[in-house]
Amino acid sequence: MSDYLLEMKGISKEFPGVKALSDVSFKVKKGEIHFLVGENGAGKSTLMKVLSGVYPHGSYSGDIVFEGNVQSFAKISDSVKTGIAIIYQELALFPDLTVYENIFAGNEIKRGSFVDWNHTIMRAKEMLRMVKLVVNPETLIKDLGVGKQQLVEIAKALSKQVKLLILDEPTAALNEDDSENLLELLRELKKQGITCIMISHKLKEVIAVADKATVLRDGQTICTLDGSKGEITESAIIKNMVGREIDDIYPKRPDKKFGRTILELKDWSAYDPNLGRSVVKKVDLHIKQGEIVGIAGLMGSGRTELAQSIFGNPKSYKLVGDLLLDGKKSNFKHPQDAITAGIAYVTEDRKGDGLFLIQDIKSNIVAANLHGISKRGFINENEEVKISNAYKQSLNIKTPSVEQLVGKLSGGNQQKVSLGKWLFVGPKLLILDEPTRGIDVGAKFEIYTLMNKLIAEGMSIIMISSELGEVLGMSDRVYVMAEGRMTGELAIEEADQEKIMQLATQ
Amino acid sequence: MNFFNEAKSLTKVNIREYGMYIALFVIMLTFSIMTDGLFMSSRNISNMLDATGYIAVLAVGMTLVIVIRHIDLSVGFSAGFLGAIEAIFMSQLGVPFYITIPIILVFGIVVGMLNGFLVAQIGIPSFVASLAGMLIFRGALLMVTEKTGTIIVKDDHFNAIGNGFIPSLGKVGGLNVLSLILGAVAILLFILIEISNRRKKQQYNFEVISNSMFSVKLVFVSAIIAYVTWIIAGYNGFSWTVVIMLLVVIVYQILSTKTVLGRHIYAVGSNPEAAHLSGISVKKITYIVFGSMGMLSALSGILYTARLQSATTTAGTLFELDAIAAAYVGGVSAAGGVGKVTGSIIGAIVMASLSSGMNLLGVGISYQYMIRGAVLAAAVIFDVMTRKKRS
Repeated sequence: MSDYLLEMKGISKEFPGVKALSDVSFKVKKGEIHFLVGENGAGKSTLMKVLSGVYPHGSYSGDIVFEGNVQSFAKISDSVKTGIAIIYQELALFPDLTVYENIFAGNEIKRGSFVDWNHTIMRAKEMLRMVKLVVNPETLIKDLGVGKQQLVEIAKALSKQVKLLILDEPTAALNEDDSENLLELLRELKKQGITCIMISHKLKEVIAVADKATVLRDGQTICTLDGSKGEITESAIIKNMVGREIDDIYPKRPDKKFGRTILELKDWSAYDPNLGRSVVKKVDLHIKQGEIVGIAGLMGSGRTELAQSIFGNPKSYKLVGDLLLDGKKSNFKHPQDAITAGIAYVTEDRKGDGLFLIQDIKSNIVAANLHGISKRGFINENEEVKISNAYKQSLNIKTPSVEQLVGKLSGGNQQKVSLGKWLFVGPKLLILDEPTRGIDVGAKFEIYTLMNKLIAEGMSIIMISSELGEVLGMSDRVYVMAEGRMTGELAIEEADQEKIMQLATQ
Repeated sequence: MNFFNEAKSLTKVNIREYGMYIALFVIMLTFSIMTDGLFMSSRNISNMLDATGYIAVLAVGMTLVIVIRHIDLSVGFSAGFLGAIEAIFMSQLGVPFYITIPIILVFGIVVGMLNGFLVAQIGIPSFVASLAGMLIFRGALLMVTEKTGTIIVKDDHFNAIGNGFIPSLGKVGGLNVLSLILGAVAILLFILIEISNRRKKQQYNFEVISNSMFSVKLVFVSAIIAYVTWIIAGYNGFSWTVVIMLLVVIVYQILSTKTVLGRHIYAVGSNPEAAHLSGISVKKITYIVFGSMGMLSALSGILYTARLQSATTTAGTLFELDAIAAAYVGGVSAAGGVGKVTGSIIGAIVMASLSSGMNLLGVGISYQYMIRGAVLAAAVIFDVMTRKKRS
């Protein structure tokens, strides 16, 4: 009988075209707080989804051993029955239901065929006491802050006799006090024998509470650090997180010539009325003609929000500060204004808000600049085909015809269509948000080469990326963001992976 | 052999579009056989088209509304109400039709913009906003017709819009000359436009369909236009309703496929977020589409009032659902971004053919509803299946 509560052995999981996990092993002892750390895309969330049955048994290879038995979860409810509960970053609560209804949602206490509400409320009070949350169980979830909602989620997990609690970046959306509370609670639960796996990007909290920390990189287990032996230090974690060599997939640019300043932000802040908090905080930034500026940072650090606040503010943030384009103070009310001023923005989520998947390639390419192919409001369809074919060739979009629906293309080709669409606008500043996410190495190289070519033609590029290799390989200057703030600006010569990680986890 | 391969691949690509024409053809053929040719008689076809005009124009507007992922339930009673206002203007205030018609159309645009305001500006779901509009217009229609009951319109020029025919200019072998001329002009225009498009494509060095396929296409479509013209010319010729309907279809077809505005409408329908980030004002498009819907419901009201030569207290009842059904039968997708104006017109004619054919056969009204329901379901099932296959 091993003293491990959970052993994941040789787990491999493939998605079409990507190997997300390869031969990962992961062991958790009973009663420990075990952190899972790694860069974005390292495979942490995928591993946890395998464990909780989101990806059913058979869709991955390898074994999950829980309490000494090999498990084969076909669905999430199987893992819940076994005593594994997972709490996602995006909370899965019903905002319009009460606290007690949420705690027992899907797990109702019944008397006969009916729900026994009195008993439910009583038990809910017990659970709330366990997580040290002082609220009336009849409060609606939407009236609670995020920190308290998080605790309700944990109470919900505890009500199911959980043995292993998995938390996916629980403190990402919390303020200092709430985070501290949560970590304290985890220590408390540990005393009661509940084992906990936590995914986090905040190294400070890893160091503070972790018994063990396993580092994943590129879908592989790199090492497991032991806190009792003093192995969990910031430098050790960062070194293992990024330890990859930058290979030469980044084409070199021989001569770098920077011109005048194209865009400048001064004391730029954005407040999101929907979230009720600031997503960009007092950012200063500038970019010159012919320059590639990388913006690094972890997910949720406000990089996309920053880009959108520049690009006509589609989410209607409340903006404070100055935006100077070519030295002139500008105020874009709609993406159209930004496009007219010469800014293009290739979104992070090309399927969600970038492309028209049910339309063909040619309609997508001309979508942001229909005036370029029309006279007095009438479209010249032949011109449309001609221009699309030109982009098909210059960007090497692999498709039999530009009449092909974009939804049928591979990720890399979709990204090229997205690029084509924005190049046809003829921008002087191109903002690329995660330009190579989810695409293969070959297409990546093509996109890097294209970026260099555009720069040589006098364009400026802001590149937001979670891939440190890409940031270091392509940028002339690097900004690092964390929690909406600009935590650092590094010349490319002084930037390295450790420094960026340090700034990004501040 | 090559020719057949080309035909095959063209059919495969356009199966959804052709499917509808084939369905219409099958329905018409079936009814012709079952009624010993009575269905395809000049008189019946002419009547059928006239009777579907006021639904067809609604279906055209509804297509665009559904394309941008909304719905407008208010069009039936707003047509009824605006038709009643038209009647009041003419018979009680004595204003001539050439002044009142533009006024009513503008009223329609205002009414539609109001819906657009609720949907785009306030953010109310269009189903609810237009349901409220439906109730309000129903009440308004009752209010203006309450005292007098049915308002009779005595202006013959106006009533001709719903009942009259274009001048005949004499008859040749029982056929109306002007209608024949119109048909011939249409064929000529079609051929000239097709040839010019083909030339332009060749100038761009694009691949075009083969010469033989192109000739087949020209002959085939010309034959259909000629046949329809021949049928219609054999009765009283083209009615004003059909002329108006054709004009609306042509204008909206060009608008939706050939203009920047049309592209913007379909972009908003297929992905509103991406449209917004592409610099398209989703709000503006919503206003325009609802405004156009309002204008077309005013037109529908005018056609209906002229057809009945009066405004009644129940005018407009269930028009909106007939229009929505026509649009869905015509291949509009509820998920947005997909659907053609021409498709919806064919959808409206399919539904009208079913009613007309079943009436000729003496099928009871109870069965008629059920069969029309089944056809609606079948059309959407076909749509879903072909779409699944393609993706």
